[in-house]
Amino acid sequence: MDNILISQKICKSYLNKKALQGVDLEIATGKIVGLLGPNGSGKTTFLKIAAGILHPSKGEILIDGQKPGVYTKSIVSYLPDNEYLLKWMKVKDAVKYFKDFYSDFDEKKAKELLTFMDLDEDSSVKSLSKGMKEKLKLTLVLSRNAKLYILDEPLGGVDPTAREKILNAIVSNFSANSSMIITTHLVNDIERIFDDVAFISGGEIVLKGNAEELRMERKMSIDELYREVFK
Amino acid sequence: MKTEFNDRSPIYLQIIDIIKMDIVIGKLKSKDKLPSVREMATKFNVNPNTLQRSYQELERLGIVYTQRGLGTFVGEGKNMVDDLKREMAREVIDSFILRMKSLGFTDNEIIKSVSKETLGVKQNG
Repeated sequence: MDNILISQKICKSYLNKKALQGVDLEIATGKIVGLLGPNGSGKTTFLKIAAGILHPSKGEILIDGQKPGVYTKSIVSYLPDNEYLLKWMKVKDAVKYFKDFYSDFDEKKAKELLTFMDLDEDSSVKSLSKGMKEKLKLTLVLSRNAKLYILDEPLGGVDPTAREKILNAIVSNFSANSSMIITTHLVNDIERIFDDVAFISGGEIVLKGNAEELRMERKMSIDELYREVFK
Repeated sequence: MKTEFNDRSPIYLQIIDIIKMDIVIGKLKSKDKLPSVREMATKFNVNPNTLQRSYQELERLGIVYTQRGLGTFVGEGKNMVDDLKREMAREVIDSFILRMKSLGFTDNEIIKSVSKETLGVKQNG
């Protein structure tokens, strides 16, 4: 099977601090991979490198066979864990902004997702709660017909009912021609949607495998395994 | 409706059990079309690849069959439902006996307590 992402010995240092120390990871086409680790383990740094926002200090990462750049950005849809929506915007402005910016943006899909998420096009971004903002950001990111979706903490700061809704949107909008990498520390809520998982600690992948095989081998849930790896 | 899974065992096996159960209780009948992989994945909120694996395994077991372009259907084997029922009953009994034995019951005590309880259930029900 083809890999949409191949990372070989990726290292990243900030001054003296080593954020990543040789990350090897492959993401196959049609798979959803969970990158799991506590705060400060290097998850976000890795995703930023894959999204083409940071450059690795050492090692190589290929997305659809190419180094991060203009092409890879056109096929990667990235949900950062920080705020990027502008305060003056209404929901419909944010949609228009994405439509102008990305040629693979599917406006029809965006409309459907907004309805599904109970988001009103005329609400202003400023007035949205944290959970609503998260839903809007996810709507925008999932409305692109990308080859690789990179979701950094899509469930952060969202209440359990909204989590269900977000997961549902992810599952029903996932296509077999695309791939996804999702980071989280809320493993319990999301483990059922992973094909493969990789545990990252101190900038290194400490364990990776197929989620169902790991459940079978270890007789525990991915959440329990996470607690064991990071205790 | 939200289905509770036990995340300690593979989810594709649990979905297989749910579908087998639906066949045994007649909710799904011979030649009925199963929902598409995507519909089922959305219903259970699980990865579509997991559902795909469940369907493949059910097909390998001869419980369902796929018609290209049309979907997946419940098999038509004459004794399929009875076989499934027997197989599932055996699993329940096996795990029951195992747990009773770990509580220290002998074979005879198990039989006695079962007949006593089924009698009780009959009278109450």
